[in-house]
Amino acid sequence: MTISFGNPDRPNSYIGKTVPRPNAPRLVQGRGKYVDDIVLPRMAHVVFVRSPYAHAGIGSINTVEAMAVKGVLRVFTGADLAKVCTPWVAVLAHLKGLKSPPQHALAVDRACWVGDPVVAVVANTRAAAEEAAALVEVDYTPLPAVTDMMSALDTDTPVLHPDMGDNLAFRRLHEEGDVDAAFAKAHKVVEARFKTARHTGVTLEPRSILVDWNPAEAQMTAWHATQAPHMMQTVLAKHLDLPEGRVRVICDDVGGSYGIKVHVYPDEVATAAIAKIMARPIKFVADRLESFTTDIHARDHEIGGRIAVDKDGKILAMDIDDWTAIGAYSVYPRTSAIEGNQVVNLCGGPYDFAHYRAQTSVVFQNKTPTCQYRAVGHPIAVAVTEGLVDMAAAALDMDPVEIRRRNMYADDAYPVTSPAKMRFEGLSHHASMTKLLELMDYDGLRAEQAELRKKGIHRGIGIASFIELTNPSPFMYGIGGARISAQDGCTVRMDPDGSIVALSGVTEQGQGTEAMLSQIVAEGVGVSPAKVRVITGDTQVTPYGGGTWASRGAGIGGEAALQSAMALKASILEVAGSMLQSPVEALDIRDGQVVDSATGEARMPLEELGRIVYFRGDTLPKGLPRELVQTRHFITSDYPFAFTNGVQASYLEVDIGTGEVKLLKHWCVEDCGRIINPQLVDEQIRGGIVQGLGGALFEEIHYDEDGQLLNGSMADYLVPMAAEMPDMVVGHVETPTMESALGAKGAGEAGTAGAPAAVMNAINDALRPIGAQVTAMPFTPERILRAMGQIED
Amino acid sequence: MKAMAGGYARATDVQHALDLLAGADGMGRVLAGGQSLIAAMNMRLSTGDMLVDISRIADLRGVTVEENRLRIGALTRHAEIETDPLIAEHAPLLTQAAGHIAHAAIRNRGTIGGALAHADPAAEFPACVLALGGMIHVQGPDGTRDIPAEDFFVDVFETALEDGVILTAITLPLAEASEKHLLRETARRSGDYALAGLCLVKRAAGHRLSAFSVGPRPLLALAAMERLDAGDIVGAVSALRAEIDPTGDTQASAAYRRHLAGVLLTRAMAEITGEPA
Repeated sequence: MTISFGNPDRPNSYIGKTVPRPNAPRLVQGRGKYVDDIVLPRMAHVVFVRSPYAHAGIGSINTVEAMAVKGVLRVFTGADLAKVCTPWVAVLAHLKGLKSPPQHALAVDRACWVGDPVVAVVANTRAAAEEAAALVEVDYTPLPAVTDMMSALDTDTPVLHPDMGDNLAFRRLHEEGDVDAAFAKAHKVVEARFKTARHTGVTLEPRSILVDWNPAEAQMTAWHATQAPHMMQTVLAKHLDLPEGRVRVICDDVGGSYGIKVHVYPDEVATAAIAKIMARPIKFVADRLESFTTDIHARDHEIGGRIAVDKDGKILAMDIDDWTAIGAYSVYPRTSAIEGNQVVNLCGGPYDFAHYRAQTSVVFQNKTPTCQYRAVGHPIAVAVTEGLVDMAAAALDMDPVEIRRRNMYADDAYPVTSPAKMRFEGLSHHASMTKLLELMDYDGLRAEQAELRKKGIHRGIGIASFIELTNPSPFMYGIGGARISAQDGCTVRMDPDGSIVALSGVTEQGQGTEAMLSQIVAEGVGVSPAKVRVITGDTQVTPYGGGTWASRGAGIGGEAALQSAMALKASILEVAGSMLQSPVEALDIRDGQVVDSATGEARMPLEELGRIVYFRGDTLPKGLPRELVQTRHFITSDYPFAFTNGVQASYLEVDIGTGEVKLLKHWCVEDCGRIINPQLVDEQIRGGIVQGLGGALFEEIHYDEDGQLLNGSMADYLVPMAAEMPDMVVGHVETPTMESALGAKGAGEAGTAGAPAAVMNAINDALRPIGAQVTAMPFTPERILRAMGQIED
Repeated sequence: MKAMAGGYARATDVQHALDLLAGADGMGRVLAGGQSLIAAMNMRLSTGDMLVDISRIADLRGVTVEENRLRIGALTRHAEIETDPLIAEHAPLLTQAAGHIAHAAIRNRGTIGGALAHADPAAEFPACVLALGGMIHVQGPDGTRDIPAEDFFVDVFETALEDGVILTAITLPLAEASEKHLLRETARRSGDYALAGLCLVKRAAGHRLSAFSVGPRPLLALAAMERLDAGDIVGAVSALRAEIDPTGDTQASAAYRRHLAGVLLTRAMAEITGEPA
């Protein structure tokens, strides 16, 4: 059974249409159920005492005053929890050489960053627990803090973890071709240093977990704001010494994730350990201040880059030296080496060139750990690549579009393997660029820019091509030994009234996963989406799966849903064929009716078939299969990742007096393969662009040299807000992946990948006539004026 | 975090509020719009406060013209100032300022009296009142007192307002027919505290210039005013940069703020004189 996607008038054509989100009314009417909404009998609250030092030995802990606060039940130290909870080590076998020390749920001997949890206070109310936490006395011995990235490996820098030997967590060098020879014979060589600032994800709903341990059933149940419930099931079982089958992880509504909620956090595991010890439900909800010191950070990179071009603008070689500081521990279980590794994999991504060298050096720091955050590594790799390409174009006096035209892989070049050894099944760089130039009226915009320049108005146009890694196979985590599923499953069943229930292993965090699944299942079975109820996020209910991350929900979870829905349709039609005495091939299901496939004539509503199967099965032939439940799983196997591509453009104005940047307009044309829901895809692109613009202009976590976090509030950490956001125009080219019938690749991260580079190139386009250039994000008014030499000292 | 208040009482009139403050054993805190106080309490930066809620005291509301001065009750909300026709006519600087204060939800609750008493050095209203030469009226156990704006702001979050005393109103001179008011600021995002900001008032008698977010309190830039009166804009910029005392933070360095204040003054004067900067 196949679907003729090319025909928009086909029956049940819900895939490719904007259909209403089934969970939207619930959320906008305040009827969502987040972890903090759940109240259980005998539930208590836990609050953590966190290290005020970036690095300190932990001496005696005095809890007498804390225990005296009314409502306090128990106080736990690291040693207390270590008795029931084993530490973890976040390394993966395929990231050769990656090292990290064991990390406990609560720090035992040493606190390694400001915010490291040290003591847990459990009370009847959050307020009482907070009051008591303030009274816990910990005897800290401050130790030297490692806080500077580029000197972390110097011999006179203290070693953060003496057992590890040095401060190098991971290093990978990739070399392809003869880079030095290519640079030696180049017509032009351009080099620059780039910086991307430390960010965090700032989810609307903070990290939250509620764990209950029921000794009578020997079962642990965790209601958790997570992207990966099955991964968390494994983690909790392993470290609390429980059988996996006796841990159930449920995620109801989750208020945003962006990668922040796909990791293992010590305070969350501590909450589970405490629930097991106390045999009662324990709730932990991070407040906004502790979110800034304990949610993973990301993007803290410094990169040296060189590019060699010939006189026609052909890229001959690229040479990248990436450094990143991850904090004191690699984050479990996905590790903190992936981001640097991605920079190596992705630099130069859109371009057909031969000689490539890239190295990433990942060092330990006494700061909040960093890990995977939306578009992992992409904004860094794209900024470095596109920045260098623009600088090369300027050195050759060539138009930025022209240099890209001369270097991007031809649209008919696929399949192809990049110098970073990434395999591309099918991309559309040139078609996307053509569409972008049309949408933005590139030539008209250049003319306007030149005209305004005469009036002293400094506008810039920035272009950024990119590739985006989606639909990961086990090559991402599984081959390294992590129990993180790359496969996903979906169970679809028909109930007596003809309604459909779909249970999926991918999860919803507000991006519309359930809408996407409902329309795929609706089309696959042949009912309206309103007839489909989707259930996600319960390890004891849904098929085993990976969850939603790395832009895999639609491509992997969507295909499993399509295959299971089509299997259910076949089962229904087999029963219908018997009941109607008709060959199955002559029947179809449309809008909830079994119909004659040739004429569309209605033969029987599904509820009649349901009535017979469930209540009058005696009237059907003995031995007739009547399985109105079907499950299918999907995993990619031809390619390690389904790469997507796209190109973004930014148009902005720089105030050369104040250094302010005003974003005027932004365009993105991307190719995520088959589009299932155009509005959801466009909003994913827009939301992603906003996060990318945040990185370009606003977001930066500041530490002082002692490792104190300086801007841990929403007043000081600047997230992008609506008033500063430009109009965004989103366009698409569709090159479906041939790995699946659905043909969908991921769309959730493309916006974030390309936006910072587009803005950087636009600012530098505006500043070029003045002779100034910026490469350190975020591009604050001050950094721009300093680049222009306007500020002394 | 969860706030830890010491208590709460709603005052029915000013005398009741003063009595409540007097009985609070030094822990009394006046609650008006709550847009700074409640946030501080929710971060446990302030605990154990005995909150005296003055928000229902009708006498502290409203905008009137009395005895040739504009009187603005302490409880007048930012959103009301933004749209009040008397303010637009007689003190348009405040109308301009209101649009720069935070976001609509905050402007709907925050009060001008609260903003002045809180004395955030980055806030707009204190600098406006300073530039306009306003008078701040307070009432305490010993009666009422009028404090010129120039004597009111002492240091970061510190004013001439004594414990147990309530700010009741401000009065301002009515703008002359030819008077020009201009507020200029640069912030990282719309609604953020300014990196630097200026209030410029041009009267027949001369220029008045105040600066905010460039020192521990809003500053009346006397040296720059003198240069402006002399027609020396370049000198005024130099004087302003010399007399402000900005500090650096994660948003911008002191050097950037000092530079920016001069750029803003150049631009404000260009706008007022109609001559390009």
